Formats: sequence, C-alpha cells, structure tokens
Amino acid sequence: MPADLSPHLIYGPTGIAVFIIGLVGALCAQDRLRRVLALKLCSVGAGFLLITAAWREPPAAPDPVPHALVITGIVVMISATAVALALIRRLKSLEAEADTPQDTPEASHDA
Amino acid sequence: MTDGLTGLAAMLNGALPGDAPLLPLFILLTSLLASPILFALPESAARLRTGINLGVAALKVALVAWLGFKVSQGVIYDIRFTMLPGLEFKLQADPLAILFVSLSAILWLITTVYSVGYLERGPHRARFFGFFSLCVAATVGIAMAGNLFTFLIFYELLTLATYPLVIHRGTAEALRAGRIYLIYTLCGGLVLLLGTLGLWVLAGTTGFVPGGVLEGLVAAHPLAAQALFVVLVGALGVKAALVPFHAWLPIAMVAPAPVSALLHAVAVVKAGAFGIMRVVYEVFGIETAQALGMTAPLAALAAVTIIFGSLKAITQDDIKKRLAYSTVSQVSYITLGVALASPIAAIGALAHLIHQGLMKITMFMAAGNLAEGLGVKKVSEMDGTGRAMPGTMLAFSAAALAMIGLPPLAGFVSKWYLAQGGLDAGAVWVVALLLGSSLLNAVYFLPMLHRAWFRDAPEPTGERAGAAEGAKAGTAPGPRPPVGWWLAGPPIVTALMVLAVGGFANAPFSPLEWTRFVVAIEYQE
Amino acid sequence: MTPDAMSLALFVPLFGAIAAFVLPRAASVIGLVAVLATCSAVAWLAREVMAEGSMTVALGGWAPPLGIALRADGLSVAMLAMTGAVGLLVSLGALDALRDARQRQYFWPLWLLLLTGMNGVYLSTDIFNLYVMIEVIALAAVGLTVLSGTRAAVQAGLEYMYASILGALLFLLGVGFVYLEAGRLDFAGLIAAEPSAGLSAALALMVVGLLLKTALFPLHFWLPAAHANATAPASALLSGLVVKAALYIFLRLTTYMPLPDEIVITLIGALGAGAVLWGGVQALRAERLKMLVAWSTVVQIGLIFIAFARAGQVGLSESWKAAALLILAHGVAKAGMFLAAGRIRTEVGHDIIADLDRSAIRPTLAQFTFALAAISLIGLPPSLGFIGKWSLMEGAMAAGYWHWVVVTMIGTLMSVAYFSRVFAGFLRFDRMKGELAEHKGWAIADVAPLTLAFAAITLGLMAAPILSFIELGYPFGAVP
Repeated sequence: MPADLSPHLIYGPTGIAVFIIGLVGALCAQDRLRRVLALKLCSVGAGFLLITAAWREPPAAPDPVPHALVITGIVVMISATAVALALIRRLKSLEAEADTPQDTPEASHDA
Repeated sequence: MTDGLTGLAAMLNGALPGDAPLLPLFILLTSLLASPILFALPESAARLRTGINLGVAALKVALVAWLGFKVSQGVIYDIRFTMLPGLEFKLQADPLAILFVSLSAILWLITTVYSVGYLERGPHRARFFGFFSLCVAATVGIAMAGNLFTFLIFYELLTLATYPLVIHRGTAEALRAGRIYLIYTLCGGLVLLLGTLGLWVLAGTTGFVPGGVLEGLVAAHPLAAQALFVVLVGALGVKAALVPFHAWLPIAMVAPAPVSALLHAVAVVKAGAFGIMRVVYEVFGIETAQALGMTAPLAALAAVTIIFGSLKAITQDDIKKRLAYSTVSQVSYITLGVALASPIAAIGALAHLIHQGLMKITMFMAAGNLAEGLGVKKVSEMDGTGRAMPGTMLAFSAAALAMIGLPPLAGFVSKWYLAQGGLDAGAVWVVALLLGSSLLNAVYFLPMLHRAWFRDAPEPTGERAGAAEGAKAGTAPGPRPPVGWWLAGPPIVTALMVLAVGGFANAPFSPLEWTRFVVAIEYQE
Repeated sequence: MTPDAMSLALFVPLFGAIAAFVLPRAASVIGLVAVLATCSAVAWLAREVMAEGSMTVALGGWAPPLGIALRADGLSVAMLAMTGAVGLLVSLGALDALRDARQRQYFWPLWLLLLTGMNGVYLSTDIFNLYVMIEVIALAAVGLTVLSGTRAAVQAGLEYMYASILGALLFLLGVGFVYLEAGRLDFAGLIAAEPSAGLSAALALMVVGLLLKTALFPLHFWLPAAHANATAPASALLSGLVVKAALYIFLRLTTYMPLPDEIVITLIGALGAGAVLWGGVQALRAERLKMLVAWSTVVQIGLIFIAFARAGQVGLSESWKAAALLILAHGVAKAGMFLAAGRIRTEVGHDIIADLDRSAIRPTLAQFTFALAAISLIGLPPSLGFIGKWSLMEGAMAAGYWHWVVVTMIGTLMSVAYFSRVFAGFLRFDRMKGELAEHKGWAIADVAPLTLAFAAITLGLMAAPILSFIELGYPFGAVP
C-alpha cells in the first residue's frame, strides 16, 4: 500500500468509523427513529468502503463494479428505511389507540 | 367378521409366492397399518373397530404361525434397507425372534378381546386402540430387529406408543405416573442411543450375530468394551425394571388393566429383558461377556432384584402394586438365566420369557376383573371373591400357583432349568436364591388365594357396593355375573395355556422345545 | 433467452408476487399457481442436477464478473425443494388459516417475494447477490411478521427489522472488505483468493451478520417474539424456512473461505450449546404454545451449529452433511408444528399451555400433528431429526469430542421436558369445563400440517438417498 495520502487511507477508515458510529447507535439508541437513522449510517459506511475499492492509480479509470454495487445498496436501503418508517408509524398509532380506553384490542388492526 | 379376515389371511398365504421373503415385514405392517385406521375411526363406530381389532390380531397370529413353521423348516428371512451409509434397518426372523413374536401375537389377540370388554363404554377408544396397535407393532419390531440400530428404533416407538396408554384415564395421578414413566424410559432410550452409537463407532457394526461381533474390540480395548456393556445393559435394564431402575413400574400401575397386563407380560419389561438377551448373546457373545467379567455382576444384580421385588411385593396391599413388584422380581429370572452363562440356565430364561408372560397376563386380567366386577382393588378386600367370580379366581389361582413354582405348572419348569443351570455354572447359591424367592412368592400369593377361597365375603359396605354399582352403571339390573364373557374369558384362556405349557412342556412346538432350539443356536452347539 | 429451470425458480415467484399485489382479489389463486409452478421448476431442476451433477446459468447471457450467474448443485436443490414443498403445504394451510381479507390480500405477495429471495439465495454464486437476496428476504419476512396487525406483532416485527438490517449491513461491510482484498465477489474468486487478514476480517463480519439473521444465541433476542406473534402460516414460513437462508449462506461461506482457527469452530459450537441450553430453559418457562415453539427454533438452530462444529476443522468436510440433514428436518417439522399450533389456537380459542387441559374442545388431529412434529424435533427414531442427531453424535464421538455428545443429550432431554408440558395439556381430562367435544373427524385444514409432520417422520427412512442427493455436484468439494 502506498505511503502517501491515498484515498484508501481517507475513505477506508472513514467508512469503517462511520459504520461503527452507526453500529453503536443501532445497539444503544432507545428512540425508534434514531435507530433507523443509525442503521442508515451503517449503510453509508459500508458504501464508503465499497467506493474505496473502486479507486485505481490515476491514469487508470475507476472500477465500475463497486459503483454499481453501491447504487444497488442505496436502493435496497431506501426500501428498508421506508418499511421501518411505516412500521414505526403503525406502532405509534396502535399505541395511541391502546391508550384510549374505549378501544378494544380487536378493533385495533382495522386502523 | 373375524372369520372373514382369517379367511383373508389364508388367501394371502396362498397368494404369496414360495417362501414369501417379506413375511416378517407383513407381520410388522399388520398392526402398524391398522393403527392409523383405528385412530381415524369415529368413537361411535364400535363394531367396526372391534372387527378390525380382532381381525388384524387374528391375521397376525396366523402369519406368525406360518412364519414359525417356515423358520423351523430352515427358511431364513432377512430384510434390509439402508438408512445411512453402512447403517441398515434390518428385520430378521431367527428362532429367538419367533419366540418373542409368537408370545406377543397370541397375547395381543387375547388382550384385545379383553380390552374390547374393558373399555366398552369408556372414552377415547379410537385413541386407545390406535396406540395399542402401535404398541404391538413396536414389540414385534423389537423381536425381529436384526441389529441394535433397528432395535433402538422400535424400542423408542414402544415408549411413545405406551405413554398415551399409561395416562389413558387423563387424571392428574395418571399424568404424574406418565411423566415418571416417560422420564425413566426416555432416559433409558437415550442411553441406549449412546450405547448403539458407541457400538457403531467402535465396532463398525450394530448387527446381531450369534457369538457376538466384539471379539476384536475386546482384545484391543477391554475397558471400552466393559463400558459399552454397562451402558447397553444399563439402558435396557430401565425397561426390564432392574433395581435400581424399577421405580417406574409400580407407578405405571395407574394404567387401565389391559394396558398393565400387556406392559407386564409382553410389551415393556419384556422388551428390556429381550434386549439384554440380544446384547449379551449376539452383540457381545456369551463367552466374550463372561471373559470380560461382566456376567457375574449382572447375575448378582438380577439376584438382588429378584429378592428386592419379592420383599416389596409382600408389603403391598394394592393388588396391582403387589403384582407389579412381583413382575420386578420375576422378570429378573430372565436376566439371571442369561447372566449365568450356562446353556441350561439359558433354556430356563427363555422359557420364563414365555411362561412369565402367560402367568402375569392372567393375573392382571383377573385383577382387572376384580376391580371392574366387584370394585375390589386391595388384597384386604379380596375375601370371598372366589365365590363371586369363580372363573376369574380359578384362573388367578392357577397362575399364582404356577408363579410360586408348583410342579408341573409353567413356573416350575423355568425355575427347574434355572436351578439346573446354576448348578451347571457352578453357582450353588442360585438354588438357594430360587428356593428363597419361591418361598417369598408363596408368602405374597397364598394369602390372596386364602382370602379368595376360604373367607366369606363381608357384608357389602356402602362404598364397595357403590363402586360395584358404578362399574356396572347403565346395565340392566338382575342376578348376573359381575363381568361379561369378554372379560371373564381371556384370563381363563391364558390360565389354560399356563397349565398346558407346564404340563406338556416336552411336546413338539411347546415353548420349551423351541427354547432348546434357540439356545442351541446362541451357544453355537 | 430460452427459459431454464433456475431462472424460472427465480422469476415465477417474482412475477407472481407482482401479479398478486396488483390483483388482490385473485391473490390466492395467483399465489397457489405461482408456488406450484415454482415447485415444478425445482422438480425439473432436480432432475437435471441428478443427471449432470451441477449446473450453471448466466442470467441474460452476461457472464461474471459483470453479469450474474446462477448455480445449482445437490445441496442447493435440496434447499429449493424443501422451500418449495414446505411452502406449498403452508400455502394450502394459509387458505384456511387466513380468514381476514386484508391478511389474505397481503400474505400472498409477501410470501411470493420471500420465495423469490429464498430461491435467489440458494442459486446465487456471488456474495453481493446474496446481500441483495437477504435484504429481499428481510423485507418480505418483516411484512409477514406484522401481518396479524396486533401491537405485539408490529413491535416484534420492528425489532426483527432492526436486527435483520443490521445483519445485512454487517454482511455488506464484509462484502466491501472482500472486494478490497480480492477484487472479486464470486464464489470461485473466494476460493482462489489467498488467505489474508483482510479476508479474515471480512469473513468475521459476514459470519456475525449471518448469525444475527439466523438467530444463533446470544443473537437470538429478536426471534421468539417475532415468530410467536405472527399468524400461524407466517410463523411456519419464518421458523421453517427463513432462518435457513442465512444458515445456508453460512455453510457455503465457511467452506469457501476456511475459518482461520479451530478455536473459532469450537466457539461457534459453544454458542450452539448456549442456544440449546438457554432456549431449552426458556421453552420450559414459556406460557404460550407458540412462544414455546419459537424457543424450540432457537434450540434447533443451536443444534445445527453444534452439528457444524461436531468434529472440528478436520471434520468439516463431513459435518456440513449432518448440519444439512438437521436443517431439512427442522424446516419440515417446524412448519408442521407451527401450523398445528395455529390450528389448536383457532379451535381452543387460546394457546395458554397451562389452560389447554381446561378446554372441552380437543382438536385431536392438530394435537396428533403437533406430537408427530415433536417426535422429529426431539430426535426420536425413525424421523429425519433422529437421523440428523445420529450423524451429529456419531461424528462427535468418532472425533472424540464428547462434550458435543453430552450437550446434545441434555438438549434432547430438555426438549422432551418442554414438549411433554404440551402433551399433558392435550391428554389431561380431569380439569375440563363442560362436556368433552373430541374427535370431530377429519378437518381439511389439518391436512397440510399433518402431511408436513408425517413427512418429517418418514423422511428419516429416506436419509440415505437424501444424503447422496445433497452430495451431487460436490457442493464443497470443487470449484463452482
């Protein structure tokens, strides 16, 4: 590995660091939304790392495969985030219903 | 209906080619396939159920008789099916298997008749007969298993099939008993699995071969072979109710009478004893086992069990519990005969496998009749029962006297050979043991007979009359015997068989004759 | 492009999912037809694999590294077949179990999407593709978890979602490391790559992610609530099939990228032992039937990992077969058991274990099914579970690893103990309220679970052909 300040040494550790921050958040956060955001951070970190893998010594063009992978990863993560957010909303409304005394549990799943 | 099915069996016999190599499989399948049909029948289809039960049981007896005939002609049956690389599911019909299969087929037929009478109006009959049938399939599989792996499969099936029978009544007490039964037998089964695996890993085979398969291992690793012996015999000792693994047997008495009868006579305890036979004779080989120094401790353990069971039996007031402890004692005669390592003792052991079955099933069915017909469940309540139920009590008495060893009854024959075998093996203490045990048998059986025949029945107290009334609820009043022929008949039949196997012990095709045939093979003479 | 069996196994359920979503009224019909068609494709594929050993197809004619290749060998087809067959029977069970129109409407698209993801995992040949597939599975599985719409289910589904995404992202980070080190992502590249610290780190990340997704103790925290609170068919799919996808990837990866040390294998086995013991204790304490069944899944996953570790590094070339047998056995038996538990709950009206014996209604057939499935899960002969356990203990004993034998035996006894709690509830009659209403004859809804449970028992008799089938195409013996 070259000793100069190559993208490996910037993006690689940064990506790992971002992933770890996300990991800590996902494991420690209490708030549901924060945990989703923490997971997003993880995915960004992993994406960083993949992008690093695309780097080539300047005359050569960057490797396109990791770019394709990262784009796929982003799409996957967007869908996952959407599902998680939908679940959080549903849970919130279910909890709100449970707090109002006149509602029976049976009625809850039509909401 | 029964006749029709027997006729069908005859037709099937005719239709099968020559030696019908799959005959052992058919015998297994008769009860195995009857089971799901019986499960599926609605509770109300009582006649159909009885028809299927009796028909299949009769068919099985016919097939077994045919199989026995063929085997005596020298036909060899060997059915194999690969389960895992090198590991086979194997059924064989050697003379030892025939001995046990005949016992279970005949006693199944008789017990089925008895069960039909016993459970006439009870709940869950579909379930009962389904598992009953499965239980017999397991016993037949145990008998015909050609290697320890196959034996293990049926041994576990037997546990599973008997558990619902033991807890049939569905009470808290029954479930408690069932739990204890399950803990003992499944732990035993698990240890047997361990032993089977050990045998497979160490010897590369689990086959039953007269003379044993372990000569190489014994020479190379005697300690491993000894450990294997302890594990295998210990595991089988749970079902054979060897002390200290006997505690489940008296507790399992909570089961309905026909179940107790079958459990004690053929199914569970005999499976254990039979397994010990297979392991000692055909996994280790009697000479190897003796050379390992394992037969003497086994004989000692059997002797302890014989005396312990008898002593405990004396103190029991509950009839079924007294019989249960008597079984603990009597089944160990079989183990003793095996462990003495003498061909004469082996004849005694094998004969006792049959004789004890006949005697004990008679007594349990009689005890069931006492409880059903008169509400008598305790020894202290047996006064005058001989007059009230002469047929049942005659059968009971014959079996009890045979058990004590009165010549020329069944028990005498086996004890005679065991004593001879003891002398042959140079173990004079066996004679003393047998005399002592017979004395103890007399101590706990004779008072029962005395009460039944020589004391007058007490004035019916409210409770007993109520129990008797309750047992016959729903039937027309009037002077009639306390139990019907479905219940009274079977013990009389088995009692007659007790007389016959003793009186005609030397007739061709008597159990004793067949036993000599088997021992000649196991001792490779 | 001419259709081939592998592409069909992937695209039939995918298009089925879309169609079932677009045409909610016809969802059940579309779903059943799609599952049946997928099964036929798998059967076709099985025939081809039997003839040729292994098969490879480049999707759309694009070869790796640019395109995506699909590959089938004995192991992958066995997994496909189990997924298809269990899925078909669960689908039949779902026809009856899902009475609610909304549940019915969403069940089919989600399940078909799940099937797409599962089949994708079993046919993939590169690890990025695997990442995408496990995300597809995660999304569909979470959807199925929350299908019942209760608060407990949504809560459990959300926890499942977090765990699942985190597991997938750990896997993705590992994928990134692999690409950095090896410059390739396909299995052939993994096998060819020189071992290095970076690859070890990648493997560690991916394995942790997979263990989280397959719920190996102590990463099982999300599983019991998710599996117990879903509707019965969803539970059957989640427990029987979904956790197996991550397990399968684990098996593949650890043989293509050898685990660096004996200690790691022992550690994995130790986690399995932890699962067996802890899961067993929790199952003994469970109050609800479905919770007990869910904890039994934790136990079984642990057992599969013990099978994997049974003979250490040297034994891995054989141990994966024991693990595969247990995977198949659990898939079939557990699906049957969850469906039966669902039937019992529907008939009795609750699934509190301690009160099962108070019910005057006894769904005999479902109870019988439950017991049959339990026989395989306990590992009693002649079931497939027994054969799996036998292989596990045989290998451990031959290698002298007695500790795995001991743990397996303790686990077996514990499973007897917790399942007999349920049997006592079935068979006790003296606490009953009212007249007994037993043995109502055959119910069509019991057919699917009964078939599954019966198959779990009888497949044990077919263990030898199954074993020789999963070895077809040398799943771990040759370069794919």
